[in-house]
Amino acid sequence: MHDTMTIGEQLDIQKIRKDFPILEQTVYGHPLVYLDNAATTQKPTAVLKAMDDYYTTINSNVHRGVHHLSQLATDAYEGGRKKVAEYVNARYDHEIIFTRGTTEAINLVAACFGKKFLREGDAILVSGMEHHSNIVPWQLVAEERGAVVKVIPIDENGELVLDNLERLLDGVKIVAFNYVSNALGTINPVSTIVTAAHKRGIPVMLDAAQAVQHMSVDVQELDVDFLAFSSHKLYGPTGIGILYGKEEWLNQLPPYQGGGEMIKTVSFEKTTYNDLPYKFEAGTPDMAGAIGLGAAIDYVRGLGIENIQRAEHELMEYALSVLAGIDGLRLVGSVDASRRAGVISFLVGNIHPFDLGELLDQQGIAVRTGHHCAQPIMDRYCIPGTVRASMAVYTSREDINRLAAGIRKAAALLL
Amino acid sequence: MTIQETQEEIIADFDFFENWEDKYDFIIQLGKELPLIQEQYKTDENLIRGCQSRVWLHVEYKDGQLLFTADSDAVITKGLISLVIKVLNGHTPKEIAEAEITFIDAIGLGSHLSPTRSNGLLSMVKQIKAYALAYQAKSMQQ
Repeated sequence: MHDTMTIGEQLDIQKIRKDFPILEQTVYGHPLVYLDNAATTQKPTAVLKAMDDYYTTINSNVHRGVHHLSQLATDAYEGGRKKVAEYVNARYDHEIIFTRGTTEAINLVAACFGKKFLREGDAILVSGMEHHSNIVPWQLVAEERGAVVKVIPIDENGELVLDNLERLLDGVKIVAFNYVSNALGTINPVSTIVTAAHKRGIPVMLDAAQAVQHMSVDVQELDVDFLAFSSHKLYGPTGIGILYGKEEWLNQLPPYQGGGEMIKTVSFEKTTYNDLPYKFEAGTPDMAGAIGLGAAIDYVRGLGIENIQRAEHELMEYALSVLAGIDGLRLVGSVDASRRAGVISFLVGNIHPFDLGELLDQQGIAVRTGHHCAQPIMDRYCIPGTVRASMAVYTSREDINRLAAGIRKAAALLL
Repeated sequence: MTIQETQEEIIADFDFFENWEDKYDFIIQLGKELPLIQEQYKTDENLIRGCQSRVWLHVEYKDGQLLFTADSDAVITKGLISLVIKVLNGHTPKEIAEAEITFIDAIGLGSHLSPTRSNGLLSMVKQIKAYALAYQAKSMQQ
């Protein structure tokens, strides 16, 4: 564990790397360079230990038992919720709903909001750089309700074109877009969109899956109505994620799934639903996951998210300058490091991303290739996909140097 | 040469490579050199959709034998395709239907046949098998 750092302190990346035992391995004889952090981040020992401790010492079902262990498990589980609420600065703990991940959180809002508020001819506004998980749930509910999905276009630099935002908002009942693009790394202008939408009383759902690990996310400051993210991209365990919703919105939505925990009273004539957050948490929740996520947040706060942001920004600038020196390499998206977080998407010459990814893998370098579950972006650029290198707090300059050398070697074989 | 013999020959060839660079260099050169398919056959109908790379496959049945031409936009996939075609080309539908493709695993590129890799190679092999079974059934009817 790290002692809590103060803002402005320089992070010791080599010391941080020791917190992530998975990084100390070789792949095909090369020390692992893990640059697929936008897909999932690695977990620090503190998270693994918290989950192990939970199962070793207090595992018990929450909220139901009169017994000692159940009380301890409930306290730990609710402690996880509290940490999340503090991390995103929610007004109340009960505005934090545990889901299976970002995808489920978006599906929950799409389904429940759609059922209550969408009528034939209404519109949902998404952006042209969304992950499929922030497109398809809206298409499903639009089809069901006879609504349409409209799209904010993107320009050549991978930025949203907001010139016609006012016109695009006509007939819109909810706006959904990402804070940071998983495919391009673009940081989107949340406040501009939120202000325009709120002027017309339209709520906004923000997909923060690629933001919460890279920058401070304050739901009150952003003034978004719903926000989603996944634990596993924030150094926490897989299988758990968060839906934040403003109390007044969550109270208006009908329940998502039925089952235990989400009810107050059940009879065959009439069932009444539980209060927030339990209304949306049917069934036994992922207790170990919530505790693991809480430990991940402790870890991140221990380092200081502002310190992480600064270190990653410096690394992004370094990476962009190193990659710019590679013949034929072209970035997809903005060349300005301050407009991106975490992600570098690129192509080299006419090399297929899959070929480049495979030869990087042979050198122990893990990147992602393909359309990154954001096919509309690839269509926008008329490319089959990109190679994506994505960073985390433990990513070092040495990792970037290895990536650059790996690309050069692969290109020499392929070109 | 039988299908099995051609596979053994390829495996023996790959034994000479001492490192991954040489192995991939060989596959990449195969992929670059072979003009595998005529443009007119690069149709949507002949396109086998893989998640990451696209593969086209064209089949002809001539004098009791199946002849394949194929292409891919990813050069490593293309190189492997040319090896698959080298192994199976000019054999009868029955021989192809019954053949087991073992060489890809044996040369250490078995991951290309994993469904999660979804680079089109596995789908292409499945498609070739399906054609072989179809022509086999057809020839038995005649």
